[in-house]
Amino acid sequence: MTIRRIALYATLLVFTAVFVIPLVWMVLTSFKTYPAAQQSPPTWLPDPASTYGYGRLFEAGSQNPVLRWFANSMLAATLHAALVLGTASTAAYALARMRFRGRGAMFGLIVATLFVPPATLIIPSFLIVDTIGWLDTLTVLVVPTAASAFGVFFLRQFFLSLPRELEEAAILDGANQWQVFVKVVLPLSRPALATLLVLSFLTNWNDFIWPVFTLFSADHLTLPAGLGLLQGAYVTDYPVVMAGAVLASVPALVLFVLAQRYVIEGISRSGLKG
Amino acid sequence: MPTPVASPGSSARVMHGTSTPYLFLLPYLLIFGVFGLLPIGLGVWLSLHQWDFQLPNKPFTGLDNYTELFTPDSLVYSDWWESVRATAIFTVLSVPLLVALPLGIAMLLNRRFPGRTFFRAVYFAPYVLGVAVVGLLWRFLLDANLGFVNHLFGTHTPWLTATPWAWVSLVGVTVWWTCGFNAVIYLAGLQDIPAELYEASKMDGASAWQRFWHVTLPGLRPVLLFVITTTILASANMFGQSYLITQGAPGNETRTVVSYVVALGIGQNDAGRAAAMSVTLTLMLAVVSIANFRIFRYQEDS
Repeated sequence: MTIRRIALYATLLVFTAVFVIPLVWMVLTSFKTYPAAQQSPPTWLPDPASTYGYGRLFEAGSQNPVLRWFANSMLAATLHAALVLGTASTAAYALARMRFRGRGAMFGLIVATLFVPPATLIIPSFLIVDTIGWLDTLTVLVVPTAASAFGVFFLRQFFLSLPRELEEAAILDGANQWQVFVKVVLPLSRPALATLLVLSFLTNWNDFIWPVFTLFSADHLTLPAGLGLLQGAYVTDYPVVMAGAVLASVPALVLFVLAQRYVIEGISRSGLKG
Repeated sequence: MPTPVASPGSSARVMHGTSTPYLFLLPYLLIFGVFGLLPIGLGVWLSLHQWDFQLPNKPFTGLDNYTELFTPDSLVYSDWWESVRATAIFTVLSVPLLVALPLGIAMLLNRRFPGRTFFRAVYFAPYVLGVAVVGLLWRFLLDANLGFVNHLFGTHTPWLTATPWAWVSLVGVTVWWTCGFNAVIYLAGLQDIPAELYEASKMDGASAWQRFWHVTLPGLRPVLLFVITTTILASANMFGQSYLITQGAPGNETRTVVSYVVALGIGQNDAGRAAAMSVTLTLMLAVVSIANFRIFRYQEDS
């Protein structure tokens, strides 16, 4: 190993420590007892190791039905990802391969909304879901955010990169547009679809500002929206609060580890056509 | 409420006598029309009215909601500008770090060595966590008495309750959280720069610094523009970090525009004023983005 190599690894390890230690501290704290977490100076390892935090977190009959929030988040993120995939893929295919009037303008309009700061639309969006009667329902988590232009933009770029010959051959064989799309294009697009699925799931799983303001009943909250309440209820009872944070992190981190290639590829590609 | 905006393609005449493209587009356009386009129009419309949820009629007030923002003795003037100031401070402090540091990390990762994908994944990992987790975690780590950070440095710094420390916290946490995202985008950009360019400049005797300046940066120009634009947009829309970590403290000094807008528009039912503030923020950001694009184009020409 050359000196340069050693310097490279040393730098990389310093960064690794910065990114990882806070997460390790979160997990370790979630296994401490209340008094152990109150110690000053704090100790690294939980002594004694305890499931106190998780016990309080999952307490039956608590005002904070954490398992319910977990289930709500899971259901909402899954349905949302499915809806994004279904609507964005058909729209992107039409925009990539079909000729019709207004195609360029329509695509331009969709892409333009990528540059509208999303948080500034929250007040009118809130009024719209209020008028439709979706406040405090599962639908409010699943549908409105599926209007995002990213999926259409991302899949259109991918469809354009596919060789046309296969689709043309299928049409010569008598397939209609829908059959070409389902039997030829979608199977060829598995990596791009997987990327969009994972990114949509994660975005929805982690969303905070929207569920915080559109959900009210304790039973309807998502995990991130509930975590804020948890902090209010337990203040400095950090083992409980950190156990909640761990619960919200695990699905996201597991999905990231399993689908790392798709996540990173999707993010990489979003920058190239900017 | 106005009726949903008609999908832009629906009025266009169908070519080749087929409605197939529109059937493919219909599901997305329905959602896009109601939740992508309508809020933009409705936001502008709301901003021209005194829109109190509890008022029976919502009178048209023209530009009053806007002029108020610039009238020193109005009800919202000081709160609004305090939130603009908070957003501006956060953006000015976080954007340079979020543009430069990830570039450094991407350049470290842009070579062949064992464990490269592992490090890339580790640096990206905080980004897959939501702001709720990040906020709770760092509120704990930065706790003045029990927090890990003060313990590590042997200090008693009030990270969450006094400025300038609260700014250091908010910016630091945001950099920790989103650094890997920009790094991954840069890395993809770096991999697109042809290796021959580096070899040629090496043969010409260019130093590492000269290669960075004359090969790397010009090769990254479109990626850099993308990163700067999206980072400014994200920083100016910061909400969760200040909502969860400093809760606006001290006073309302770290309450951002978005926090104030939702507090006013949803918390206090004053959607008209809140919408005017949203539109104003969007216009401010549009000016910044256009300036940004101009600067990049100017550099390209010269």
